[in-house]
Amino acid sequence: MDLDLAPQHANFRDTVREVAQEVVRPHAVEVDRDHRFPDEAIDAAKAAGLLGVLIPREYGGAGLDAIAFAVCIEELAQACASTSVIVDVHTSVGSEPILLFGTEEQKRRWLPPLASGELLGAFALTEPASGSDAASLKMSARRDGDRYVLNGTKVFITTIGRAGLYIVFARTGPDERAAGVSAFVVPADAPGVRVGQLFKKMGLRGSPTGELVLEDVVVPAANRLAAEGQGFTVAMRALDSGRIGISGQALGIAQAAVDESRALLQGRGREQGDEFMLADMATRLESARLLAYHAAWLCSRGRPFTRQASMAKLHCTDTAMAIALDGVQLAGEEGTVGGSPFERHVRDAKALQIYEGSNQVQRIVIARDLLS
Amino acid sequence: MDFEFSEEQIAIRDTIRELVQDKVAPRAAEIDEKSEYPKDIEKLFAENGILGIPFPEQYGGISGSSVSICMGIEEIAKACATSSLILAVQALGAYPILVAGSEEQKKRLCPPLASGEKVAAYALSETGSGSDAAAMKTRAVRHGNEYVLNGTKQFISGGSIAGTLVVFAQTDPEANQRGISAFVLERETSPWKADKLEHKLGIRGFPTAQLVFEDVKVPVANRLGEEGTGFKLALAVLDRSRPGIGAQALGIAEGAFDYALNYVKERKQFGQAIASFQGIQFMLADIATQIEAARHLVYRAATKVDAKATDLTKVAAMAKLFASDMAMRVTTDCVQLLGGYGYISDYPVERMMRDAKITQIYEGTNQIQRVVIARSLLR
Repeated sequence: MDLDLAPQHANFRDTVREVAQEVVRPHAVEVDRDHRFPDEAIDAAKAAGLLGVLIPREYGGAGLDAIAFAVCIEELAQACASTSVIVDVHTSVGSEPILLFGTEEQKRRWLPPLASGELLGAFALTEPASGSDAASLKMSARRDGDRYVLNGTKVFITTIGRAGLYIVFARTGPDERAAGVSAFVVPADAPGVRVGQLFKKMGLRGSPTGELVLEDVVVPAANRLAAEGQGFTVAMRALDSGRIGISGQALGIAQAAVDESRALLQGRGREQGDEFMLADMATRLESARLLAYHAAWLCSRGRPFTRQASMAKLHCTDTAMAIALDGVQLAGEEGTVGGSPFERHVRDAKALQIYEGSNQVQRIVIARDLLS
Repeated sequence: MDFEFSEEQIAIRDTIRELVQDKVAPRAAEIDEKSEYPKDIEKLFAENGILGIPFPEQYGGISGSSVSICMGIEEIAKACATSSLILAVQALGAYPILVAGSEEQKKRLCPPLASGEKVAAYALSETGSGSDAAAMKTRAVRHGNEYVLNGTKQFISGGSIAGTLVVFAQTDPEANQRGISAFVLERETSPWKADKLEHKLGIRGFPTAQLVFEDVKVPVANRLGEEGTGFKLALAVLDRSRPGIGAQALGIAEGAFDYALNYVKERKQFGQAIASFQGIQFMLADIATQIEAARHLVYRAATKVDAKATDLTKVAAMAKLFASDMAMRVTTDCVQLLGGYGYISDYPVERMMRDAKITQIYEGTNQIQRVVIARSLLR
């Protein structure tokens, strides 16, 4: 048993940290204030090879494992949560369906531009009437010879408008539940692909979120990932490792809040009550980090990790929310003012309890596993 | 990074697990009800090498690794928290000797403990000196080749049954904490008086005692380290033993959860198993997640003990704090899951809830853990 990061992971963390602290962090306040895409940060991540962390070297990626992925997202989130969610979604649910389920031909075609960051990947599962109940999605994909015609609307799509391709889940079969769902790679520039409403959000404001509208979008059958009817499996597997990334985001936000709280207390008179809050924040964060690394470690060894990823996502994000709120409490009124990192962490952390499976859905996943 | 236990550790765990389920679990309710020290279980542990886990092979033991100690305590505590203290207190009493003892002292004092011929205890607290350990009044005065001890220690786990007792006393009261020294008392040559404290909330089978020292003579050869280094040693020992209390809390919580999980699958209300209700399912998910988080922190701290890591103090305090607070919440929730049945002693969860409480208090209250953590963060 050795719960320290291996030297190669520690070195990788240091590399990411340098990019995150030097290039990403300085833009965080402004990206949040202006609801603007963090171009400098994403360019820096591209240049440092951080967009292909999980993609094998033969397809132009870094060929690293889930532990490196978690570490990467954590470091970015510590600097700027908006940047981290863009990289996270791209790396996991935006690329992994191709990596894990694509044919050799599909991998050769899409992984190199995803690894280099020439294309950003996005994931389109949720619909207005299909959130936690993902198997009830309505978007249709009608087969027409060697192509499919897609129609429908997806919602809450991260990196909307900036993504080069969308992994889209649509109904191909008569089955009205999971067995009728298939997965497709839909290029953003395909005719009929349109960005619908863009949302103004409470947090993660630098990461665009909105509707993806598909109107008679024609994609060749060669763009279907896995067999017809296998789409739901693709989505669930992608979300399992996606949850490792969300856990990393939560850890980064929480670590930032702990570090800033610590600096705040070091610089002022403090009571024991303040110190006890800080001790609790740091302790909960440490427990959360180990849960996330455990899920990542299992994933990196090809072992089952669904339950552990759900536990990590649940505990890390609930912890990040609690720590972010405690940070504001320690900072007092000053912590509530726009531009203060403390209030931003609260707004950023809240989304994490909701997306990639709300924490209620995580509890369902965990309970089902316990009772099976 | 490797979350896997070694084959040797797994072998130790499986042996203990089997032994505990076979011999300890059936005795747990009775031990609690009678508030009786389970000498039979101490003997069972001695015979099976469990009391040798805290000691390396060269001192007659089988391991010396904190990870192994924690695994052992966790397994035993799943069935019986009282019995888990037999190993935990053996480790607590062993650490001062292993950390500060000379080679001669280790060779002389450890083998009878490792074989289980004797059990150890650790005497730091006093009536007026709990969290403020440096305020102790017990006095040790040197006369030639021996020290004479006078004073009273309070809340000493196993103090009435121990054959070997590590005692902290002032050798230079003017120097405050720098005047504290540590001594190993052997009952045959340095007998002490012990009054067992009765009617505890939990861990009822493990004796907690007030110890009285009246002109107790201890040879100088039994002083651990130099005069004045006792306080530092006391803290160094607690750094090493706290993961074990975390492991005990973890085991208690797991024991309660195993029971409650089976119960909600069997218990039917409104025509269905109560496990089918989402309100119950969410409680199960939260409990399992909290246990898992605590487990990682406990073993994180244990590996830090084994690696002699520089941030051990902080991580050990975190493990103890998080796991014991978790155990209190989880056992309380498990009583809730069993409803009225959870509240009566025909079912084990109320005992586990009572047993969990002490883990938030001893070996440094959780308030002290927070002081320790905050100090290391803010220094």
